[in-house]
Amino acid sequence: MTARRSGGRGWALLGLTPFSAYVVLFLAVPTVLALGTGFFDGDGALTLDNLTGLLEPAVLRSFADLLWLSGLTAVVGAIAGALICFALLGTREDGWLRTGISAASGVLAQFGGVMLAFAFIALIGIQGLLTQWLLRTFEVDIYEGGVWLYQVPGLILPYLYFQIPLMVITFMPAMSGLKPQWAEASATLGGTGAVFWWRIGFPVLAPSFLGSLLLLFANAFSSYGTAAALVSQGAPIVPLQVRAALISETVLGRENMAGALAIGMIVVMVVLMTAYSALQSRAERWMR
Amino acid sequence: MRKRTLVGFAAAGIALAVTLTSCSSSAEAGDTEAHATATSAEDFGGFDALVEAAQAEGELNVIALPDTWANYGAIIEGFEEEYGITVNSDSPDVSSAEEITAAENLKGQDGAPDVFDLGSAVALTSTDYFAPYQVQTWEDIPAEYKDETGLWVYDYTGLMSIGYDADAVPAPESLDDLLGADYAGKVAINGDPTQAGAAAAAVQYAALQGEGSADDIQPGVDFFAELNAAGNFLPLDPTPATIASGETPVVFDWSYNNLAEQAANDGVRDWQVTVLPGVTLGSYYNQAVNVDAPHPAAARLWQEWIFSDTVQNLYLEAGAYPVRLAAMIEAGTVDQDALDAVGEPSEDLVQLTAEQTEAASALLAEQWAAAIS
Amino acid sequence: MSRVGIEPRAVTRWLILGVIGLLMALPIVAMVEFSLRGAPGEYTLDHWTGILDPENERKYRGLFEGVGNSLLLAVVTVLIVNAMLVPTMVLVALRFPTLQRWLEFVCLIPITVPAIVLVVGLAPVYGVVSRIFGSSIWTLAFAYGITVLPYAYRAVRAAMDAVDIVTLSEAARSLGAGWLTVFFRVLVPNIRRGMLAASVIATAVVLGEFTIASLLNRENLQTSVLLISRSDPYVATIFALLALLFAFVLLVIIGRVGAVQPRRSTS
Repeated sequence: MTARRSGGRGWALLGLTPFSAYVVLFLAVPTVLALGTGFFDGDGALTLDNLTGLLEPAVLRSFADLLWLSGLTAVVGAIAGALICFALLGTREDGWLRTGISAASGVLAQFGGVMLAFAFIALIGIQGLLTQWLLRTFEVDIYEGGVWLYQVPGLILPYLYFQIPLMVITFMPAMSGLKPQWAEASATLGGTGAVFWWRIGFPVLAPSFLGSLLLLFANAFSSYGTAAALVSQGAPIVPLQVRAALISETVLGRENMAGALAIGMIVVMVVLMTAYSALQSRAERWMR
Repeated sequence: MRKRTLVGFAAAGIALAVTLTSCSSSAEAGDTEAHATATSAEDFGGFDALVEAAQAEGELNVIALPDTWANYGAIIEGFEEEYGITVNSDSPDVSSAEEITAAENLKGQDGAPDVFDLGSAVALTSTDYFAPYQVQTWEDIPAEYKDETGLWVYDYTGLMSIGYDADAVPAPESLDDLLGADYAGKVAINGDPTQAGAAAAAVQYAALQGEGSADDIQPGVDFFAELNAAGNFLPLDPTPATIASGETPVVFDWSYNNLAEQAANDGVRDWQVTVLPGVTLGSYYNQAVNVDAPHPAAARLWQEWIFSDTVQNLYLEAGAYPVRLAAMIEAGTVDQDALDAVGEPSEDLVQLTAEQTEAASALLAEQWAAAIS
Repeated sequence: MSRVGIEPRAVTRWLILGVIGLLMALPIVAMVEFSLRGAPGEYTLDHWTGILDPENERKYRGLFEGVGNSLLLAVVTVLIVNAMLVPTMVLVALRFPTLQRWLEFVCLIPITVPAIVLVVGLAPVYGVVSRIFGSSIWTLAFAYGITVLPYAYRAVRAAMDAVDIVTLSEAARSLGAGWLTVFFRVLVPNIRRGMLAASVIATAVVLGEFTIASLLNRENLQTSVLLISRSDPYVATIFALLALLFAFVLLVIIGRVGAVQPRRSTS
C-alpha cells in the first residue's frame, strides 16, 4: 500500500504540472514583469523614484478613495445579493425563476465598461431618463449640488450594478447548502425562525459570506472600464492613475509609475487576503 | 475500455491542437525585407510596382483612426475601394502614446500597426519606431512640416473650436460668455489635458484667447478653474453618444470633430460649430510608417494615399487643413467648395513648438487636478 | 410544501425580488429608450432595422466579427476551465489536501492584479505565444482562463464542499473502479452543478471582457462595440443590448439543460 501510494504520488504530481505551467506562464510571469516595471525608470535604470512617488498626496488620496468606494459597494452589494439569495430559497432548483435570476446575474455581473457607463448616463445623467422624469414630475433636481455622476460618488451606482449579481452568483451555492433538516431540527427543539438564523444560519453562512464579500471588494478594487468611461477628469482612483500613467500623450515618460501603482494595489490586496484567511480559519474552527 | 477512451481523448486533443494552430496566419512574402527598407516609390520600381506589391500583401493595419475623425471613415473606405486592400482598423479610441505601445506589444506579430497618426509630442520622442519614407508629393510639403529623412511628416490640422447645441445654449461669442449662467454644467473638453492632446489644446486655446501666450498657458488653467467654480465645467468625456443624448451640449474640440458631430446629428440636434474671433490654435498630426510593419508595401502605399490630392481634399471636406493646402491651391487641385465652406486658414494660426508643449504639459501635470476639483 | 424554517414568506420573496429587480431593470430600460430615439421628442425603429440593412455592411462588419470571436473565446475558455481547473481541484482535494490553501490562494490572485496591469506583462508573453500558435484570436483564451479562475474556483469549490468527494472516491475505488471511472462517472456527476456554474460565469466574463483584448489589439465583442459607438452610438447600444440578451438566453439554456439530471432510483 505504501509503495503504491508513493508511486501514485509521483504520477499525481505530474498531474499538477499542466495547471502549474499554465498559471506560471500566464499569471506569474506577467505579474512579475508588470510589477517589475515599477522598479525601473524610463531609461532602464533601477530606481526607487516610482515607489516614493506612491507617497504623493494625490496618489494616497486616490488609494483612500478607491478603498472606501470598494468597501461601500462590496458591503451594500453583499447585503443586497444575500437578500436575493434568501428570497430564492425554497424555489425549485431547476425552476424558471432561479434559472432566470441565475442567468441574469451571470450576465450582469460582467456588464461593465463603456456600455454600463453609458446606460447610467442615459438613466441618471443630466439629460437622463430618470433625472428628467424626476425634474418634470416632482421638480426634484438630483444635481442641485453639482454633477456628482462624473466623479467618484457617481461610480457607486454603476459598481453596485455588477456587484449585486456577482454576489448572487458566488453566494447562491452556499445559501442553497443550508439544509432544511437543520431548520426542522431547530423547530423541533422549540426555536423560532429568528433563532434559527441567529444560531445556525448566519454562523454557517459566515465564511462563505465573508469570502464573497472579499471577492466583491477585490472586484471593485481592480475595476477599470466603467470608471474610465465615467470619470474622465483627474484620475481620482488608482486604476485611473494607472491608465493616466500608461496612455498619456501629453505627460510622457511616466509609464513605469503604473508598475509602482500596481505594487501598491497588490500590497493592499495581500493585506486584505491575509486578514480574510485568518478570519476564515477562525470561522471554520468555530464551526467545527 | 479505459485505454481506448484515453487514446481517443489524446487523439482528439492532438487533432484540435493541430487544427487550431493551422488556423494561424501563413508565412509572409519573400521580399518583405526589401520593401521594409524602401524610402520612396522609386525603390519599388515605380508607383505601379508599389501598388502591385501592396496588393500582394492584401492587408493593412491601422490604429487609432476613428471613422468620424477628420473623415477617416471615407479615407479608409476609399483606400479599400481604390486598391482592393482590406484595412483592419484597430482600437480607434486610443491615444498617440498607446499607438506606440501597441507597436511595441505586437512587434513581430501580424496584428501590429503598419502606420501611425500621432500628435507631435509623441511623434518626436518615438522616432526609433519609424521607417523613413518620402511620398511622391514630398516637395509640396514645407520643410518645417516634415522630418528631412521622412521619418515623420505633418498631415493635417484643425482649429480648436467650440461645438454647441444651438437649442440648448446661446451661441458663445467670446470665452467669457461660457462663464455665464446659461452654461451651467454644460461645458466639456475632449478628455483630460494631462492625458489627451485635444484637451490640452483646449486649455492652450483658452490661454491664447485670454491673457496668455504659447509660452504661458497659466491663464488657460485659470479660466477652467473659474469655469469649474461657476459650476459650468462638466467633467465628462464627450462622445458621439453623449452628444446625441444631449448630455454634453458644449464641447471644446478640433473643428473637424465638431463638424463631424454636426453631420452625424443632423435632424436630431442642431449642433453648431464656432471658432472664436482672434487667435486660432492648430496642431498638426504626424504620419509615420512602422519600422517593423507587417505589411511594409501596403504601409507605404497608404502614405502615398494620404498625401494624394483625393485624400488631402477629404481632410478639407471634414474641416481640417491638409498640409499640402498651399501647394494645392496654387496647382488648382484643391476642392474649392470645401475650402469655401471651411474658410481660408487665418494668418494668426498658432501651433505650439515641442518645447512649449513640454512646458505646458508640465504646468498641467502640476495644476490641473487641483484646478478642476 | 409547507414552509420550513428557512424559506421566506411569499410576500417577502416577491417584495425583495420585485424591488431589486425593478432597480436593476432601469438602466436597461434607459438603453432601450435611447436606442429608439429619433428626432427630438419622437421615437423610431430605424436604428434597429438598420442593422440588417446590407448598405451598412462595412460599418457593421467589425461588429459581427467581434461577436464571432467572443463566442469562440467563450468556448475555449470553458474548455480550459473544465479540462484543466476541475481535474486539478479534484486531484488536490484527493491527493494533496495540504495544498488546498495554496490552490485557493493562487486562484484568488488574478482578482488582485487589475487587468490593466496584467496586460502590461502579458504583452511579451503573447509575443512568444504568437510565434508558436499564430496571432489568432483564440489564444486570448489563455489569458481569459486566468481572469476567470477566481470565480470558477469558487463555483466548483462550493459544489465540492457539498459532496464529500474523498469518501465517494474511496468507495468507488474499493469497488474496483479505475481513476478515470472515478472521475468521470462518480465525481463529475456530483460536482456537475458547480462545473456548470463555472462555465456560465466563464462565458459571461469572456463576453464582457474588454481591457485585455483592447490592449493586445484583438477584436472581440466589447472592443467592436466601442469601435462602432464612436460613429453610431445607437447601434452600439443596440448591440450591447443584444449581447446581454444573447448571453442571458444562452445561460438560461445551459442552466435548464444542466439542471435536468437523469433521475436515479437511489439518491
